[in-house]
Amino acid sequence: MTLLRQTGLMLWKDTLLELRRRESLLTMFFFGTLLLFVFNFAFDLAPDKIAGMAPGLLWLAFLFTGTLGLAQLFQAERENHNLDALLLSPLDGGALFLAKAAFNLILMVLVEIVVIPLFWILFNLPAWNLLPQIFLVTLLGTVGFCVLGTLMSAITLRARARELLLPLVLFPLMIPVILATIRCMAEVLRTGQFGDQVAWLRLLLGFDVIFLTAGMLIFDWVIES
Amino acid sequence: MIRQSRKRKGILGALALVTVLFSLYWSLVVAPPDAYQGEVQRIMYLHLPSILIAYLSYFLVFIGSGLYLWKREKRDDLLAHAAAELGVLFTALTIIEGSVWGRPTWGVWWTWDARLTLTAILLLIYVGYLMLRSLIEDENRAAMAAAVLGIIGFLDIPLIHMSVYWWRTLHQPPSILRPDKLPWENVHPSMLTALTISFVAFLLLYFYLLSLRYRVGEMHQEVIARRLERGA
Repeated sequence: MTLLRQTGLMLWKDTLLELRRRESLLTMFFFGTLLLFVFNFAFDLAPDKIAGMAPGLLWLAFLFTGTLGLAQLFQAERENHNLDALLLSPLDGGALFLAKAAFNLILMVLVEIVVIPLFWILFNLPAWNLLPQIFLVTLLGTVGFCVLGTLMSAITLRARARELLLPLVLFPLMIPVILATIRCMAEVLRTGQFGDQVAWLRLLLGFDVIFLTAGMLIFDWVIES
Repeated sequence: MIRQSRKRKGILGALALVTVLFSLYWSLVVAPPDAYQGEVQRIMYLHLPSILIAYLSYFLVFIGSGLYLWKREKRDDLLAHAAAELGVLFTALTIIEGSVWGRPTWGVWWTWDARLTLTAILLLIYVGYLMLRSLIEDENRAAMAAAVLGIIGFLDIPLIHMSVYWWRTLHQPPSILRPDKLPWENVHPSMLTALTISFVAFLLLYFYLLSLRYRVGEMHQEVIARRLERGA
């Protein structure tokens, strides 16, 4: 119970900060939209090809915007030795981890809720009825990204060039999620259902659970150093 | 103490050198060329041991990282660091040897097959690990961050393995450990001997290199301690 209460409090603190500063969400949202425009110029997105490319392009956009969010995730804690103050308080490391991962998840989901329909509009994708399945896959993948991303963001906290280092250590670890989400979304867009690609969903779920557990267990060590 | 350990290292190094030479002789001269692939198949005697050694290395990184988080002893971190560096070295060697073999056999230097991709991803993860270490100034913080990545990276390997295998597979099916035949039934016995010798040689060489690299880490610690003593 204490864990959930502490998580809620930390999450509320970050939300309040975000509402007042409006740093992460706006930049992420703008960057995501900008990427859709860049894709349009970089690739020949003819209507017959777009369904095949949509999953990959969308995930590229999410990876980049998500990394932007992760790089800012511990910004408030870096300033004025706030992290030391948090460590002095009787706060559970697991609670801090959950709150930070949840906060980044909220930011990314908000961006995705806008970017996915925008993608459908900009590139004239007809399959609006498939959006729920697409959102389900995206959500599972985004949870994995946020969980592992929060861990990596925390360990690169005190590194030089940490904004550059973060994707370097995070992206190779994210390959199961990238593969699973893209295969699943491609199958949904092609056939309208998951079919035998359901195995990928299980892999995603497994990924989320494994790293959520690992993060909760080791986050105390991650931040105290 | 130091002199004794240096002597032991010397013996290990000499032993490694002798077995490496012996295994070169066996795999280049004694073992017959492959029935289909010809001489180029001899790369296998390097390729297979080097990837096994790389995996051993990443396992040691995992063990060292876990022990360091648990006990906070510098030596476990030194072990993880040394093993990670060697793991990167042997993974890179594996990829290079594979390319050299793949060009005449498959006709391409590189293909996005499951096992190749997995090996390349491992290389990326542990290069990231080394970069992380080098970019954090504070020794203890670097050790802690690296330990976390060492554990997370190792936990991720089975997941990456599964996902790239589902994605595609084209690599040679394993030729030694096959479910339908025993090892000595489908491979020429002297080939198997060559492989075994070569593996032992790599193992000895690996532990020699590991002890050297570990010693470098220790010396680095000593330099830091001396500096602190002098107050410089």
